[in-house]
Amino acid sequence: MTTTLDMTATELREVNTTLQAAAKAQANEAFEITNPRGSHAMACGLDGPLSVTIKGSTGYYCAGMNKEATVTVEGSAGPGVAENMMSGVVTIEGDASQYAGATGHGGLLNIKGNASSRCGISMKGIDIVVHGNIGHMSAFMAQKGNLVVLGDAGDALGDSLYEARLFVRGNVKSLGADCIEKEMRPEHIEILKELLEKAGADAKPEEFKRYGSARKLYNFNIDHADEY
Amino acid sequence: MCGIVGLFLKKDELRPQLGDLLTDMLITMTDRGPDSAGIAIYGDETDGMVKITVQSDTPAEAFADLDAAVCAAVDAPVTIKVVDTHAVLTLPEAAEKDAIAYLEEKGLRIMGSGASMEIYKETGLPKDVAARFGLRNMGGSHGIGHTRMATESAVTTMGAHPFSTADDQCLVHNGSLSNHNQMRRKLAKKGVFTRSENDTEVGAAYISSRIADGASLGEALEGTIEDLDGFFTFVTGTKNGFGVVRDPIACKPAVMAETEDYVAFASEYRAFADLPGIEAARVWEPEPATVYFWER
Repeated sequence: MTTTLDMTATELREVNTTLQAAAKAQANEAFEITNPRGSHAMACGLDGPLSVTIKGSTGYYCAGMNKEATVTVEGSAGPGVAENMMSGVVTIEGDASQYAGATGHGGLLNIKGNASSRCGISMKGIDIVVHGNIGHMSAFMAQKGNLVVLGDAGDALGDSLYEARLFVRGNVKSLGADCIEKEMRPEHIEILKELLEKAGADAKPEEFKRYGSARKLYNFNIDHADEY
Repeated sequence: MCGIVGLFLKKDELRPQLGDLLTDMLITMTDRGPDSAGIAIYGDETDGMVKITVQSDTPAEAFADLDAAVCAAVDAPVTIKVVDTHAVLTLPEAAEKDAIAYLEEKGLRIMGSGASMEIYKETGLPKDVAARFGLRNMGGSHGIGHTRMATESAVTTMGAHPFSTADDQCLVHNGSLSNHNQMRRKLAKKGVFTRSENDTEVGAAYISSRIADGASLGEALEGTIEDLDGFFTFVTGTKNGFGVVRDPIACKPAVMAETEDYVAFASEYRAFADLPGIEAARVWEPEPATVYFWER
């Protein structure tokens, strides 16, 4: 059974309290939110299995800190969607604004449209699949996890990158400091194949290039001592 | 943080609703800027005539017989429409310069002037500002609005947006410019002066000065990316349309929506929620360092 919450009649705070309580109850209920009208912080802080479908576009910080829940936005999402997500699945049918999936620790963020700048900034284990393009400074200081982009990437991809894997099918406008193209080995094809399947993406793993850290910023280089 | 909204109508049927639609958009952006609000609305025009919008803190005294006084000063027919603290004087184009000089000498604040543009801005909550001016009842072809959370200069009428630095041109801004004092001095050397200490007014003056030098609106907006330093999402209005540009870092939010009936701009999607047909609109985020403009 699906419970419908209409935001023309129910306040945002009540919607979130209801969802958070249902998540805690571990009953794996289904909710549908109508008339979201671009509200902020929708379906954030869910800590348990729950299915939430938002029928429209959302504002800042939708599905932030998500744990175990499945959140689908049938529209576009504002800045900071699925920020610091821990697990579960967040799907955006439209576009996502800046810093989507920032600092995410786990789970899957599946963006069917484009994501703008700083997608996956400082990601720490989350998997992000973007079916369209991503903007500049994406995966800046990304530590762990996978960022898969079916379209193009903007300027300075993977600047100051740690150990996150970046897979891009289209063009990369420019790579950030210490980010380089790397060999696509069989294990990477396997990871990518699984992620594309999970995200329902129509693409072949072989069409992608892999980018990662050159690991030159990890340690201080004594030869550069005079530079400071 | 500030809020910006803009609406450009593609169809004349919606013209009477422009003020109503823009007012809802503006009020929704109150959280982003509760200290002042303003709107530039491009409405009806009469051939050969110009409208000058002025403001006074003591409107009862300042606007009493102002039309007759301006008429005598510039020797031309003048009509006046008083709207709360603002008044719109309509007079022949040829008398515009003299009229502005006279009005400034009388201590009135010039909000802007042009064939079709009227500017209304005040301190206070956007809903109160909108009610004072009766923004809901205003019609027109396009308009831009701003809700302000001040960072760079005082919370005053003159510090509120939109800023107009040439006929029918205005600018609203979310962000802050860091080289505005240097740019203000550069522009002053060229004889371009601003009326406030505000950073955005310098941005407006820069764009106007480039257009006066022969640049197109698109070229002038391109120039902001090179010549202005700082954070900005700009929406600029002209007699024929509006333009949008964001700085290359693009940390100030922006979202756009387009249908067969209109092009809309806002800092957040929330501002679009009441627009007709928004469910089916094309919604997208304008790219950094990219100029967009719509003209009729």
